[in-house]
Amino acid sequence: MKYDVLIAGAGVTGAMAARELSRYQLSVCLLEKENDVACGASKANSGIVHGGFDPEPGTLKAKLNAEGIGLLYEAAAQLHVPCKQNGSMVCAFGAEEEPAIDELYQRGLQNGIGSMAILSGDEARKLEPNLSEAITKVLHIPAAGIICPYDLTIAAVGNAMDNGVELKRNFEIDKIDCVDGFVVTSTEGEQVEGRYFLNCAGNHADEVAELIGDRFYDIIPRAGEYMLLDKAEGSRVSHTIFQVPSKEGKGILVSPTVDGNLLCGPTAAKVAGPEHNETTNGGLAIVQRLAAKSVPSVNFRQVITSFTGVRSSEKNGDFIIEESKKQKGFIHVAAIDSPGLTSCVAVAKYALNILKESGLELVEKENWDGSREDTHAFRKMNDEEKDAFIKANPTYGKIVCRCETVSEGEIRDAIRRNPQAWDIDSVKRRTRSGMGRCQGGFCSPYVMKLIAEELGIPMEQVSKNGKGSEPLLGKL
Amino acid sequence: MVQHDIVIIGGGPAGMAAAVAAYDNGVKDVVILDREEDLGGILRQCIHNGFGLHKLGQELTGPEYAAVYKEKVKERGIKVFYESTVTAVSPDKIVTARNREGILKIQAKAVILAMGCRERSRGALNTPGTRPAGVYSAGTAQKLMNCEGYMVGKKVVILGSGDIGLIMARRMSLEGAKVEAVCEILPYSGGLNRNIVQCLEDYGIPLYLNTTVAEIHGTKRVEGVTIAQVDANRNIIEETKRYIDCDTLLLSVGLIPENELTREAGIAISPVTSGALVDENCQTSIEGIFACGNVLQVHDLVDYVSDEAERAGIGAVSYVLGENKGSISVATKAGKGVRYVLPQTVHTDSGKDTALFLRVTEPFGKVRFTVTSGDEILATAQRLKAAPGEMEKLIIPAEKLARVKEEIVVTLDELN
Repeated sequence: MKYDVLIAGAGVTGAMAARELSRYQLSVCLLEKENDVACGASKANSGIVHGGFDPEPGTLKAKLNAEGIGLLYEAAAQLHVPCKQNGSMVCAFGAEEEPAIDELYQRGLQNGIGSMAILSGDEARKLEPNLSEAITKVLHIPAAGIICPYDLTIAAVGNAMDNGVELKRNFEIDKIDCVDGFVVTSTEGEQVEGRYFLNCAGNHADEVAELIGDRFYDIIPRAGEYMLLDKAEGSRVSHTIFQVPSKEGKGILVSPTVDGNLLCGPTAAKVAGPEHNETTNGGLAIVQRLAAKSVPSVNFRQVITSFTGVRSSEKNGDFIIEESKKQKGFIHVAAIDSPGLTSCVAVAKYALNILKESGLELVEKENWDGSREDTHAFRKMNDEEKDAFIKANPTYGKIVCRCETVSEGEIRDAIRRNPQAWDIDSVKRRTRSGMGRCQGGFCSPYVMKLIAEELGIPMEQVSKNGKGSEPLLGKL
Repeated sequence: MVQHDIVIIGGGPAGMAAAVAAYDNGVKDVVILDREEDLGGILRQCIHNGFGLHKLGQELTGPEYAAVYKEKVKERGIKVFYESTVTAVSPDKIVTARNREGILKIQAKAVILAMGCRERSRGALNTPGTRPAGVYSAGTAQKLMNCEGYMVGKKVVILGSGDIGLIMARRMSLEGAKVEAVCEILPYSGGLNRNIVQCLEDYGIPLYLNTTVAEIHGTKRVEGVTIAQVDANRNIIEETKRYIDCDTLLLSVGLIPENELTREAGIAISPVTSGALVDENCQTSIEGIFACGNVLQVHDLVDYVSDEAERAGIGAVSYVLGENKGSISVATKAGKGVRYVLPQTVHTDSGKDTALFLRVTEPFGKVRFTVTSGDEILATAQRLKAAPGEMEKLIIPAEKLARVKEEIVVTLDELN
């Protein structure tokens, strides 16, 4: 069959594009090279709904960030993805840095950010008592928020699939033939055809563009290292705390997460390729030093994990969302780095509009359902509700992950529900099993058994994150 | 809500011994809540021998040691809730648990915390590098091998020389894996000496002290690690870095008492042991809530876990029956050369000889421990050597304790 639209890349951009397209009477196929969705930058970023003061006025980033905030909150509510409007603060340390606060304020006004306030250090410390005494001036943006980026991506893909979108995983694009649309061949030799093509391939968008002879940009992969701290540190701050850009770097934030942890990072280092998602001694030291500069009392003995996300930047610094000038019907949706998460729904809608202008007919489905069941409903119940639920669903009474209190029932559901979890990391991203303080030490053998059982595969074939990452090397 | 006299959280060696002791000392309405489908806790995966030499006078494997206590629990008809995970303990001793039948709430007269400990993870170490498959905490690898029957690696590096890591070095060698190295960041091993000899030396496995894993390599599966020596401040010495080809990294870098329930109940925790602050009956800062085993302090031998749990069980019985265990208490303190002393408070008018448990700060040769209060020496003991990996026990006689008015301090002096 020939799909109406092929989407390359199931990161948050591709996921939201798939969901937007699923509103219409179209056949859509989402192609992902990994064993799960949200495996690139969408699983490892700050999880911030940006206030919108940062992008250069007049850019696509400024426009889509401002438009995107409301759209994102709306989508998150429909998809039952937890997000929280916790507000952000940009902090200046001393007179030298203070003018930057005024500049950001002015920029925010130009970008149409409604509510912002400039606070003195003392005023800010009243709202956020653990801020450093060295902070003298603060830009406060109440509309900013936090959201879990992979949770959002998974939910958007799940919802798109519930509305008819197909997801092909382990489909790494090797070749694109532009004959009467696009014939896409994977490295394994599988072929799919489509009339239109959305290139949402993140760090690989330039390589995909090259396959149709239209690589007019180069993605510059920039690694950002993070440290995630135990929930015991989760209330160290309630706002997302930024620093004004300085010689020391920019953008090391200290923020609570929607799950109640504390996140510190990211660094920003050019790396040779998107596969360089390793953490480094130097990087983690920078994270600790600069996070402590904003919030000196952060207890880094409570770190439960560190990770690196690789963002896809481009030299001009703006999003690239446009139809190829070489191949009609091929839409570049590239260089979606920060504020890409905040803008994701706006980006998807913007790309859809380009498809429409290019001739794609958008006829709304009558039965489109943009809401998704609340996959976290069980953890929100009180004891009486849980008791009743377990009586009807006994597997919810068996706790598998003790640190995050995740039940067998929740894990089985995650393996069954769109988009199915096929490996240990996928289960982790959907249920938080293995994400707590023991980092899967106790629960991973159980999770592996449940995956093997649900998928009907031997234990040795259960992987961490796809082929080649099987923890077990055979039977004794 | 159901009611029981004594509710024990955890059915490992501590929970079982506490239950049996409580029953035998006069409270029959004792229940154990355990998250697994069988009693025994971590002993179930410890198929090596060396258990029970002190307590039972015989050398058993972990499952055999557990079986002795399981039998005692069974003989006494002590009720066990299996696959029941406790999610909350309130200060007024309501225990909330979850199992396949629903939410269980029990009002207890006394609660004994026996949840054990967990392993420190890679994340807590901040080891740089990638995050591939093949990085295990040693206990997880042990479970996958001994309980599930799978091979977890063929070329192995072990970081940390804790006992589980040492045991796993031998276990994996026996199954045909090549253990390339055990790296220990400290200048000495935290494991028992007998394990260094029997698990490393007997198998020709090198132990590198002052050495750590500087980086983990591999995209999907571990492909190798960079190890390096560290200086006195534990900073990596760049020029000593070297690459070891391997498919697996086991971590045996410390155990952390699992005190989340304890903290949420509002019980005071020691920053040194990471367990509750207790008196000589293992009673915590909340009256009627007791703690024992590895949730209280990480032990090196299960035999001592059982002993401690018996004291907790008897303490809980006294509390339920309203017996007086003493009313005047003093604090204990770790002096020179001593990392911690447990219990942290002692009743001086209990009328009983009272044991103090402690660990030293670093390895020593011949030493003398002195227990003092003010000017009075309460006890002394000599050892030919002392190491952080081995728990020490000192007894204060009842008649000396009765005269104590001030803080009790334990110090260590090196002897030549």
